Amino acid sequence: MAHIRLENVTKRFGRTTAVKALSLEINDGEFFCILGPPGAGKTTTLRLIVGLETPDEGNVLIDGEVVNHVHPRERDIAMIFQNLALYPDKTVFDNIAYPLRERKVPRSDIEKQVAAVAKTLHIEKLLDRKPGKLSGGERQRVAIARAIVRQPRAYLMDEPLANLDALLRLEMRIELKRLQEYVHETLVYVTSDQIEAMSMADRIAVMFQGKLLQCDTPGNVYDFPADRQVATIVGSPPMNFLPCQVSYRDNGLELTHAGFRLQADGERHPLRDSLQQQIQEGSDLLVGVRPEDVLVHERQVHAAAFPARVSVVEPLGAETIVDLRLGPHMLKAIVPPTQILNEQQEVWISFNMAKLHILDAHTGIRLYTTGEEGALVCTPGTAWSNSSLTPPS
Amino acid sequence: MAGIRLEGLRKEFGHVVAVKELTLNFPDGKFAALLGPSGCGKTTTMNMIAGLETPTAGAIYFDDRRMNDVPPGKRGVGFVFQNYAIFTHMTVAENIGFGLKIRHVDRATIEKEVKKVAELLQITDMLDLNAGRLSVNDMQKVALGRSMITRPRIFLLDEPFSNLDAAFRAYMRGELKRIQREIGQTMIYVTHDQVEAMSMADNIAVMDFGVLQQFGSPDEVYNRPVNTFVANFIGSPNMNFVKCSYRVEDGQGWLVQHNGNARVPVDDRRRRLLEQRSDNAELILGIRPEHLHLHSQQDSPDLLSVTVHFVEPLGPKTVVHLRLGRDIVRAIAPAAYRAATASVQWIGVDPAFMHIFDGNSGLVIR
Repeated sequence: MAHIRLENVTKRFGRTTAVKALSLEINDGEFFCILGPPGAGKTTTLRLIVGLETPDEGNVLIDGEVVNHVHPRERDIAMIFQNLALYPDKTVFDNIAYPLRERKVPRSDIEKQVAAVAKTLHIEKLLDRKPGKLSGGERQRVAIARAIVRQPRAYLMDEPLANLDALLRLEMRIELKRLQEYVHETLVYVTSDQIEAMSMADRIAVMFQGKLLQCDTPGNVYDFPADRQVATIVGSPPMNFLPCQVSYRDNGLELTHAGFRLQADGERHPLRDSLQQQIQEGSDLLVGVRPEDVLVHERQVHAAAFPARVSVVEPLGAETIVDLRLGPHMLKAIVPPTQILNEQQEVWISFNMAKLHILDAHTGIRLYTTGEEGALVCTPGTAWSNSSLTPPS
Repeated sequence: MAGIRLEGLRKEFGHVVAVKELTLNFPDGKFAALLGPSGCGKTTTMNMIAGLETPTAGAIYFDDRRMNDVPPGKRGVGFVFQNYAIFTHMTVAENIGFGLKIRHVDRATIEKEVKKVAELLQITDMLDLNAGRLSVNDMQKVALGRSMITRPRIFLLDEPFSNLDAAFRAYMRGELKRIQREIGQTMIYVTHDQVEAMSMADNIAVMDFGVLQQFGSPDEVYNRPVNTFVANFIGSPNMNFVKCSYRVEDGQGWLVQHNGNARVPVDDRRRRLLEQRSDNAELILGIRPEHLHLHSQQDSPDLLSVTVHFVEPLGPKTVVHLRLGRDIVRAIAPAAYRAATASVQWIGVDPAFMHIFDGNSGLVIR
């Protein structure tokens, strides 16, 4: 078990700052995911924890002790690299036994420990084979076994499933999660696949261009993203963002987009409170709405629905993604597979009013989330780009 | 226009048969996907269509014209690969226009065509930028534009977005589909990602070990898979498979679970098919997670008893892994769903969406 902390850690490579003033706290026994697109600084962060990199600024602490200059071997952390780095000329048994032999563990103990860990990972029958004769998933398990047998304080994994086929990735995800629950050790897991992070993590640290954007449970990162970047990284397809302008009224405020209008009524409306200090009249804001919260109708089913046009339809089997054109903007909606829509079809869309977000257009920071029906009221806008559609009376 | 036809196409590399007797018709002007796991032969097939590999046997026809002996440069094929390989010392406009420049097209025409392509790809504001300064996402768009400008007869794309971030991939799926619709050229897209194939393609050729498994629309391969390979490969989370056998009990036909006590009724039509079979071989019941309905009580006698193995919240929905006897099946539940591990739940199998496969061949019984 290990409690890992990074305090204001910065790491540079030449002119590039890979990690910028990163502060993270990873709890004992936690399944902790670091999620972000390529170049976010995730691998560098992992290498700083294991000791393959030294911070230029800040501290890395393991169980309260500063380990900046402690050799990786002394940190007692097992890292599993993306390329696994199995010894190609050794059998599976010898690969797993290697760290124990290094420690001069007696032979009978080695045999027992390797057998036990091989059984946990369902690779007992492969002990005499060499890595070249194993499938991708089997090699993965050997690498994990080799780490487990060391009984380290913590495990670090760098995109371990990235090279596996989609099918195997799904299976291994569940296995890894259950394994971590069984072994109950700290696991820091780097991935650029948001489904992996959402599925497995106790908490997710979302990183982008060297900075930490948000660190929270999957539920919170999904429902309450800190900013536009987090909302793009977590969730697929990413959240839609529609620009609008704010205007303050005596009895509330209004956000105007060509296609629709959002009203926040009341002098003490929480949205007005969070905006008024920072956002001036006429400023741009972004309305953020996830594709599953955009509802598509073939008729104007209620007063809040407004017109849009179908661009393309992406049928995924269990659900369909609809690309819609709303004036000059595009947005995606998720509809059930039974809803048949055609390209260029005129439709009416409405939002799930309990799941709307308002973000600052310049900083991208999320300012407000509705969280309940009635917090904001949506009405069709007054300017139409679809000339064939008449505005409702 | 007849489109692209492959007849008995075969490719051997020494002892390895990468592609086995592939016969396929790609309709003209449509978006087709070659989908399958690594090593299934999709890239080799694409390379043969392009002329980069010579078939060991069989023929390739573009609009009924036999192409086997036509060199790649003369086939009218445009490529987009994973490594965009654009010219980093040139501007975006120069990159896109390159194909026309080397064909000695006049400057005014090049400018016009570059503008058209840039508008289609929504990169008009980048035309004067140095291509080396672009993000990797934008570079791939430029690579696409560079390929498009010469109006190739067909486009071959080999997993062009697999190295790019997930948000961009989700965005480009819609974009590429829209672009293909607008330019109307035949597109053949190689991928191992079934989401890409399903979202973009008009027709998907599913391959495994060099053999074509099924060629059909997204709806066909998803809802009417011809074998367990296709059924398992398409759709995420995967289809549930439960080993069972056919039995008549209480005057009704049933599929009875091997690894447990569950049984589900079989409709009359398939009852007749199953009773005609000479052996009582093992069968496989296939049902997609979204067609297993989860109940917390035994609301009806048809429901099957399960215990919760694992709950996987994925944002907009939750995947619930359940123990049915000694088998594990997955069901989809709303985002807020929570249940304790080992708690007892009930599932209903939607008979309209139940697939039955032969346990030996994997073929569907319809």
